[in-house]
Amino acid sequence: MPGITREEVAHLGRLSRLELKDEELDHFAGQLDEIIGAVARVSEVAGEDVPPTSHPLPLTNVMRPDVVRPSLTPQQALSGAPAQEQQRFKVPQILGEE
Amino acid sequence: MADLTRLTAAETAAAIASGEASAVEVTQAHLDRIAAVDEKVHAFLHVDTDGALGAAEAVDAKRAKGEELGPLAGVPLALKDIFTTEGVPTTVGSKILEGWIPPYDATLTKRLKHAGVVILGKTNMDEFAMGSSTENSAYGPTGNPWDLTRIPGGSGGGSAAALASFQAPLAIGTDTGGSIRQPAAVTGTVGVKPTYGGVSRYGMVAFSSSLDQGGPCARTVLDAALLHQTIAGHDPMDSTSIDAPVPPVVEAARNGDVRGLRVGVVKEFAGEGYQAGVMQRFTESVELLRELGAEVVEVSCPSFTYALAAYYVIAPSECSSNLARFDGLRYGLRVADDGTHSAEEVTALTREAGFGPEVKRRIMLGTYALSSGYYDAYYGSAQKVRTLITRDFQRAFGDVDVLVSPTTPTTAFPIGERADDPMAMYLADLCTIPANLAGNAAMSLPCGLAPEDGLPVGLQIIAPAMADDRLYRVGAAVEAGFVERWGHPLLEEAPAL
Repeated sequence: MPGITREEVAHLGRLSRLELKDEELDHFAGQLDEIIGAVARVSEVAGEDVPPTSHPLPLTNVMRPDVVRPSLTPQQALSGAPAQEQQRFKVPQILGEE
Repeated sequence: MADLTRLTAAETAAAIASGEASAVEVTQAHLDRIAAVDEKVHAFLHVDTDGALGAAEAVDAKRAKGEELGPLAGVPLALKDIFTTEGVPTTVGSKILEGWIPPYDATLTKRLKHAGVVILGKTNMDEFAMGSSTENSAYGPTGNPWDLTRIPGGSGGGSAAALASFQAPLAIGTDTGGSIRQPAAVTGTVGVKPTYGGVSRYGMVAFSSSLDQGGPCARTVLDAALLHQTIAGHDPMDSTSIDAPVPPVVEAARNGDVRGLRVGVVKEFAGEGYQAGVMQRFTESVELLRELGAEVVEVSCPSFTYALAAYYVIAPSECSSNLARFDGLRYGLRVADDGTHSAEEVTALTREAGFGPEVKRRIMLGTYALSSGYYDAYYGSAQKVRTLITRDFQRAFGDVDVLVSPTTPTTAFPIGERADDPMAMYLADLCTIPANLAGNAAMSLPCGLAPEDGLPVGLQIIAPAMADDRLYRVGAAVEAGFVERWGHPLLEEAPAL
């Protein structure tokens, strides 16, 4: 079991879209290392022949009739938006400047 | 009329139906109680005084017109701040949703309103329901009414503390790994995790979708059953909601006959880490069941010893995906939107500022477990363990009708003791997690005070999926047996606040 380094925490932070602070890296490295070490025992018990369970209920593709029904108004849907413009969510720049 | 805050929900509803008390009087009594004690307890994040009094007035108006009232009409309730409430703030205990006003009601919220239940406000919780102490709330911890320096359990510590401090006779919790049952155990109250799919998750902020389950919290088994009946049942808005009749929980809670019932004691839930006083009260509960005519046997569920590890792979994996929606773009917090940062940077800075340490740990843990190269060893293996645990339950339920264990290995620990020691905190859910992984129904109810610290101990009852009524049958029997022995309900021994 390789230890979790602060570089790995920084990488996990990037994958998780968390702009971690420097002091968090060391703190989380120790804790994640301990937790990952403890949960690694899940690989000790089940053989190849044991099927995985992803969910307690054996359900697939629960559909409803494709009919129009009442839903939120645009105003309601946008009511929690940090910024909005012309009935749309206004977001920061998503493409780099060329 | 005696102190309206000391009545059970069933007694309250009867008093309102008969005209002995009005719903407004009952609601006002609870609002006064909240004003008097919640500064010390901190069970509520938001008290909806106007909404509560308005709902109570509507019940009184209905009664005045001679319309029929439901079994919980006019009864006040404390709602965990994880269910959306139209026009009333919903924070999930997180800074990332501070000030968010949902534009819609969760199905559970709708059902409560439709039943005339009076929602007093929203209760404190570990952020995104991740925790066992309510210390992970971004809005400060909640005190355990038995000893305010100790944790009320978590994640639903606010709901349990509201019940135990007589701020509400009913509450709602959610249980992903024990967040209803563990707070119930450490506060001397009753909490039920219904069968997975038994209560709609629509409008319940998602943490780990294959495990999350909303359910009733109360001070008596019958009150929990009445609330269970009110919130359960199929919901077309939740594709994982079970399309079958709700098990006859109220009937079972009024029955309480365990003669001939087969009860299995889970052998694996004992030994190192289990407090002596907890085991003593648990053993007495088992003896009580035997005296009441149940047939008690020991059963072995060897895979349960891997449940905690599997849970701390599966729940973080699902949360890392579910919490991706908090991107600072459509609702909730947004920081650093000053024209110098890209959308991706704004998202990462917002999540850094809005999430607390436990949520960050779990998101990263899940991200790790789902990464290519680690997926099979962690998430894949954990899913197999889930199969083994389900098989252990199936085998056990071939021989017995219900399983019993202590709900938690220890009584309430001091606030701060495990706050920065995640592994120690996770152990609080050792006995409750297997039922979530398999989707079974489970209950915790009080079985006494531990002699060494005078704090409440919980008895856990686990039933097969869709046999929730068995919990109430056994729970009612144990409750009646203990109340007779003690001469009063356990909560009467709680200190005055």
